[in-house]
Amino acid sequence: MDEIGNLLHGFSVALTLPNLGFMLVGITLGVLIGVLPGLGGANGIAILLPLTLSMNPTTAIIMLSCIYWGALFGGAITSILFNIPGEPWSVATTFDGYPMAQQGRAAQALTAAFTSSFVGALFAVVLITFLAPLLAKFAIRFGPAEFFAVQLLTFCSFVGMSKEPPAKVIAAMMLGFALAAVGMDSVTGQLRMTYGYPPLLKGFDFLIAVIGLFGIGEILLTMEEGLAFKGKHAKIDPKVVWSTWKTLPRHWLTFLRSTAIGCWMGITPGGATPASFMSYGIARRMSKEPDSFGKGQIEGVLAPETAAHAAGTSALLPMLTLGIPGSPTAAVLLGGLLIWGLQPGPMLFVEQKDFVWGLIASMYLGNIVGLFVVLTTVPFWAAMLRIPFSVIAPVIVVICAIGAYTVHSSMFDVVLMLVFGVLGYLFKKLRYPLAPLVLALVLGDMAEASFRQSMLISQGSLSIFWSNGLVGGIVGLALVMLCWPLLGTVKSWLQRPPPAAPAEGNAS
Amino acid sequence: MEENPGPQDAAGPSVGSRWPEAIVSALLVGVAVLVITDSLRVGNGWADDGPQSGYFPFYIGLILLASSGSVLIGTLLKWRGENPVFAERTQLASVLAVLVPMGVYVGGIAWLGIYVASFLLIAYFMRRHGKYGWTATGAVSVAVPLVVYAVFERWFLVLLPKGPLESLLGV
Repeated sequence: MDEIGNLLHGFSVALTLPNLGFMLVGITLGVLIGVLPGLGGANGIAILLPLTLSMNPTTAIIMLSCIYWGALFGGAITSILFNIPGEPWSVATTFDGYPMAQQGRAAQALTAAFTSSFVGALFAVVLITFLAPLLAKFAIRFGPAEFFAVQLLTFCSFVGMSKEPPAKVIAAMMLGFALAAVGMDSVTGQLRMTYGYPPLLKGFDFLIAVIGLFGIGEILLTMEEGLAFKGKHAKIDPKVVWSTWKTLPRHWLTFLRSTAIGCWMGITPGGATPASFMSYGIARRMSKEPDSFGKGQIEGVLAPETAAHAAGTSALLPMLTLGIPGSPTAAVLLGGLLIWGLQPGPMLFVEQKDFVWGLIASMYLGNIVGLFVVLTTVPFWAAMLRIPFSVIAPVIVVICAIGAYTVHSSMFDVVLMLVFGVLGYLFKKLRYPLAPLVLALVLGDMAEASFRQSMLISQGSLSIFWSNGLVGGIVGLALVMLCWPLLGTVKSWLQRPPPAAPAEGNAS
Repeated sequence: MEENPGPQDAAGPSVGSRWPEAIVSALLVGVAVLVITDSLRVGNGWADDGPQSGYFPFYIGLILLASSGSVLIGTLLKWRGENPVFAERTQLASVLAVLVPMGVYVGGIAWLGIYVASFLLIAYFMRRHGKYGWTATGAVSVAVPLVVYAVFERWFLVLLPKGPLESLLGV
């Protein structure tokens, strides 16, 4: 099998001493980012991305993706010990993780969380190893119309799978596209929407948007909640780890089901957060004792953690093969690839073998290193959380400002970061989703380019989007996704007696 | 910002979400109008060599107008109906208590450089919100900029904005 050979080659690329060192640095930074409320995976990577520009792209992506794994691991620590989800995908972990900690089973809950994260990620990486080359081979025959169709599917899935009102999902997405269009048009060289203001010539950088929306916005939200850290002590004893591991094989079905949910939600751009909730919900529904959930049931920790990690990892599959990220963090990594001059998509597998397979190999290694790091350093992170928010918050603001400034060495970007921060706060409060906004900002240029090229081929006729079975099928699927909330509304409207108000269609 | 009280909320002073909802959707409608007019300016049709610069953004603008417009109209139509809580007044006060210093900080970076501004921001937060003593406040607010300097300017060779103090010290 080609894949095995390529993977072994990837290991030889990833397993150099500097790469291992950056892996360790990445995981540690990632756990820190995951642990601190107000700093997310996407935001952390966005802040650190400019620092990696001078590195070789393989080393840089290894470090950045390790930050991602670290952040996925780190979220569980605060959820279990403090009932504070450091990341949105750790919310479901708090339901049973925190009660376990209250009952004095914190070490058991943490071991279960880390191990299930590891299992979820491992399955997803195996999936990437064997599926990505096939998908890339298939996608290599794609023309502009097929690419646009896949991008359309990505965006329509957001509308179909989001819990937010569809009009708001579309509005957020279109705002992203509109911001992406600002600046010089790369085809005609014409200036668009700059209104004679020079800093707008380079357009809106997605990194600034991410830092503002997620970093500053999250601080404002956290401030509103008036956080006080009151946590449980955690010391991970090798004996507890061992005894917990012995009980885990019993839950093989939960692992399998959660991995499947996670992988599916990661590849379609559902993301880690809905995956964790869905997996938790299904685990409870399928359980023989559904009432024990929420009271410290270990399955309630296993299910969301496995799914979140599987989703977070498999989100990189469409990013690498099609150039379409399955999560906001994958979108930031994609932006990094573009900055390093690499064109994500099927050709990456042909032209940048070292890079792709080095990254895939680092996913295996990164998760093993991650598991080791988090299992050994929990008391340190728990101690770190005793630092009050009045110290952490301004430090995060300083880090965000530095991150925003370093992108283009421009003060305008720092101001913009603050504006995006307020926007992020308002959007979150008013249920406008942020992920489609960021995704549209990252993919806007690419989507426009493939749409334009398709139009050029067809001389302006939209019929190119159903000119063959493949493109027609993808566009059809996209339209079904787009109309999904509508179907839900119609269905509930038909089923209800006339005086009842129509219920919100919930597709996820 | 949004200082509209929710009159029918009995439980404590809170701000209803109808004004923020209306303002945000109206802003988005405004952005849509900007996008559409600019797309018309650069041309939204077909030139000899293919689609013009405004071809794609024009439709983006239209969809943005339709989606945000529908949110705005929906909000206006339900104006007299229920007004879900956007935030408690005290919550908004805490948000502003962070937002205003952040704004001053961003302005301060341009005048004082990032190090002095960061020192002031951290010191302000620790004294005002954390009620720390001068020693702890001084130690943390001096240490963080020093670590930032070591990591960014020394290790990663990234130049950060500097102010009069740095030029005085010759850094």
